[in-house]
This record gives sequence, structure tokens and C-alpha cells, in this order.
Amino acid sequence: MLSAPRIELRSVTHAYRTKAGPLPVLDDLSFACADESFTAVVGPSGCGKSTLTRLIAGLLRPDDGDVLLHGESVVGPRSTVGMAFQNPVLLEWRSIIDNVVLPLEIVPNDLSKAERRQRSHELLSLVGLAGFEEKRPSQLSGGMRQRASLCRALVHRPEVLILDEPFGALDAFTREDLWQTMHTLRREENITCLLITHDLRESVFLADKVIVLSGRPAHVQYTIDVALGEERTIEDLYTPEATDMLHELRHQIEIAQGRAPADEPPKDR
Amino acid sequence: MELARRIAVPVAAIAVTLVLWELLVWANDWPDYKMASPSDLGPAFWKYRWLFLQYSWDTLWRTIAGLGLSVIVGTLIGMVMGFSRVMREALYPLLVGFNAIPKATVVPVIALIFVGAHDMNTILIAFMISFFPIAVSISIGLSTLEPEYRDILSSLGASRFTIFRKIALPKTLPEFFGALKVAVTLAFIGTNLMEIVEPHGKGLGHLFDSGKINADYPLMFAVLIALAFLGILLFYVVVVLERTFAGWAERGDT
Repeated sequence: MLSAPRIELRSVTHAYRTKAGPLPVLDDLSFACADESFTAVVGPSGCGKSTLTRLIAGLLRPDDGDVLLHGESVVGPRSTVGMAFQNPVLLEWRSIIDNVVLPLEIVPNDLSKAERRQRSHELLSLVGLAGFEEKRPSQLSGGMRQRASLCRALVHRPEVLILDEPFGALDAFTREDLWQTMHTLRREENITCLLITHDLRESVFLADKVIVLSGRPAHVQYTIDVALGEERTIEDLYTPEATDMLHELRHQIEIAQGRAPADEPPKDR
Repeated sequence: MELARRIAVPVAAIAVTLVLWELLVWANDWPDYKMASPSDLGPAFWKYRWLFLQYSWDTLWRTIAGLGLSVIVGTLIGMVMGFSRVMREALYPLLVGFNAIPKATVVPVIALIFVGAHDMNTILIAFMISFFPIAVSISIGLSTLEPEYRDILSSLGASRFTIFRKIALPKTLPEFFGALKVAVTLAFIGTNLMEIVEPHGKGLGHLFDSGKINADYPLMFAVLIALAFLGILLFYVVVVLERTFAGWAERGDT
């Protein structure tokens, strides 16, 4: 039997209730992410990308349609999901390692205190933060804080990792470092990732599949499979294949923004 | 060395103030009924040393009790206002209105409602005058909690109480201690207000009042100094508590 996709959205429709009446954000949105795949979602500003993350995390219920994780309908938050945001939201009163341990204090598990710290320490080493365990978040740089935030999102071994523009506030070089870190984490942790981003290069560098959402209310406008190998370096972004993909994605964003006509049929790749 | 400096500087500042005060009185040749000088205070303290100890204790414990009540009630009101927008809108005008009433006018009312219950009356005034900043700071701290902080825990299925205990409460502590420093001073004012306006033979306020009746001006000034001393003492107790529980909020040199 073929197993159900890790993440699946079926005709998800959602609107926010505002004073001026309902504001539709998602309209008949459907896509699926295979087990251990990496999907990037790009789209114009305000097209409901963050709403999407809250729906998958179970923090929000869709007005219509269904969100499924491994074939099961999402009716509320579940501990098999990890989240990281643009703001690392580390707790200032805790040391770095205690911040990473936090989810293990919430999610039911039979790890001892030492095992929880051990697990956190291993993740921190993986992202290059060994030796910073006892520092306070305020003593770390923005990139280091974001690394710690990724560790926190992964410490309870979630099956799905939702990334809501986690690299958006970092400078360009730090961001590229974090992309490499993300590759390492993905290889080590066997997770299914969904990345929300504004950065097309980031989507191509990290993902197996890039989904372009239309303007609000959002539906899937375009999907592209990233034909780069498993092992990627920043150099790969300058190859003709990558440049073509970036070009096409850029064009799709223009269409989503309503600045280019959507006359040509989507390219098949 | 660092500690010595941090103690020596304030002590020197106090000494300089006392010397200037002494010089001011001496230069103007004021009699002690116009303004007592620091050299008059020593004898006054010594003469009434047992009364000072007794009455300081009365004032101190009732202030602390009122402050304790403020912390409990203020935190509860702050929590209700911080978590519910409706409650915030409902309670704000009531709280502001209540806070605007001069507490000196409340003293006789309270004294009439609870005739003879002097300790409780005093504690009640100390509480009423000091809970407002605590309630406001807690409510602001909770209502301005960024949604992502809630999301990182609620996406794991944490309950509202867990989110409060793990995130909202510790995150609000710096604001809470800031408000507590203001509340300490206010609570002292409340206690003394009751002791002076409705004298009942207890507390430094009563000693001040008897100094006034007996035209013992050095005693009145000595009481003021004793009050200042207690205020400083309690303030620094709060500072130590703040360092212990919310020291992380201080931006160090690191």
C-alpha cells in the first residue's frame, strides 16, 4: 500500500473576519509534500503564507477543506510538528541549552533530564553552537540565535518542520551559512520540511519542490521540481539550470503580483 | 573593591547631604522649631530609642503586609486584564478613577467602616495606594506578549496555564519589579497616612504626631529620617529580589 503524503492540503479555503467583512486569504489551496521532502512556498507579500503555517501547525482551523498529516486530519496542535519563525523567539531568561530543551518539557516523553540535555547538546553541535550552551540569547549574534531556534524546533524529533521565513532577517552571508546548516540538519534528522520564504534563491537552494502561490486569495499558481543534486553548494545557484529556474520563478511572482499577464501556459519541467 | 565602591559612593553622598543641611541651619541661625539640624537628631533618636524600635516595627510590618496584598491582588487584576480584552476595557476606567481619589480622603472612610481594627485599616490603605502600578505593569506585560512566543508552545499542545508559567510569567518579571519599586514607596505613604490622620498609638506616624503635639521638633525630623531609612531598606530588598529573579533582563557588560 502506498503511504499517505506527510503533509497534504485538500481544497483549503480560509478567510479572516474583519470589520469590513470576511477577507479571503486562501482559496481552494491543494498540494502535497512527500515523506522527507523539502517544499518551499513562495508568493507575493500578504498572500496568506503565514496563515498556511498556522493551519498546518493546527493553531488555526480552515473554514473549508482539509489539512492532513500522514493521512490524518489536523484538528489541533500536535507534538509531531516543529516550528521556527523569522524572530527566533528565544527566552531571554534561559540559557541557550535550556531554550533548546523547552519542547521536551512540554511534549510527553520518557527522556531523563540528562538525556534531554544530551539530545540538545548534539543538535547544538550539529549547527556549530557547541560551547555556547550556557550563554544567554542576548550574548549571541542574530545568526547564532536562529541556529538555536532551529535546534529548539527539532529537539523533540518532529516529523514535520515548518519554517516561516526563518532566515529573512539575517544578512546575506549569514543566510547562506544557515542554508548549509539546514542541509546538514535535514540529512541528519530525516524530516519533512515546509519552508515559507520571500527569497527565490533560498527556495531553489534548499527545496526539492517550489510552490508559487497566487495573490490573495491564494491558490497554487505554479509548481517546479528543483533539478539540482542532493549535495548543493552556493556555486550551484550560478549554473544555467538554477538561473533558468530562478528566472521562471521570478516571472511567476510577477504574474502573482498582477504585473505580468498570465497568458502563457505553465512550463512543464 | 567594586562592592566597596558601590557602598562608599552612596554613603558619602548621604554624609555630604547631612553636612550641607547642618551648614544651612547653622548659617541661617535657625532655631530648632524652624528647622532641626542633623546634630539635634542624635539626641532625639537616643531619647526615644525604644519607641523608635517599637514603632518602626509597627510601620514596617504593616507596610510589608499591605505590599504583599498589593502583589497578590495587583497580579490577579493584571492577569485578568492582560488575558482578556473585554476585562481590560471594563476595568481600566474603574482602576484609574480609584487611583485618582486622594487616599487621605479614604482614610476616615476606612476608619469608620472598620472601627478599631487599626492594623487592618492601615494595611488596607497601604494596599489601596500601591496596587495600581503592579496591576498595570502585569497587564501590559501580558497583553504585549508577542504571538510567536505563544505559538512555539501552543503548537506543541501546551495548555494556557503552561504557557503562562513557562513564558508569560517570567517574561513579565522585569516590569513587575519595576512596578514593585514604585509600590514600595507608595505603600509607606499609605501606612503613614493612616498613622498620622487617624492616630491610634502605633507606628512612626503616631510618633510624628506626638512630636507635633509636644512641640518636639527634633523628634519630628528624626521620625522623617527614620521613615526615609525604612524606605531605603525596603527598596533595596526589592532590588536584591529583582537581581535574583529577573537578573537576566539586565544588560551586562558582556
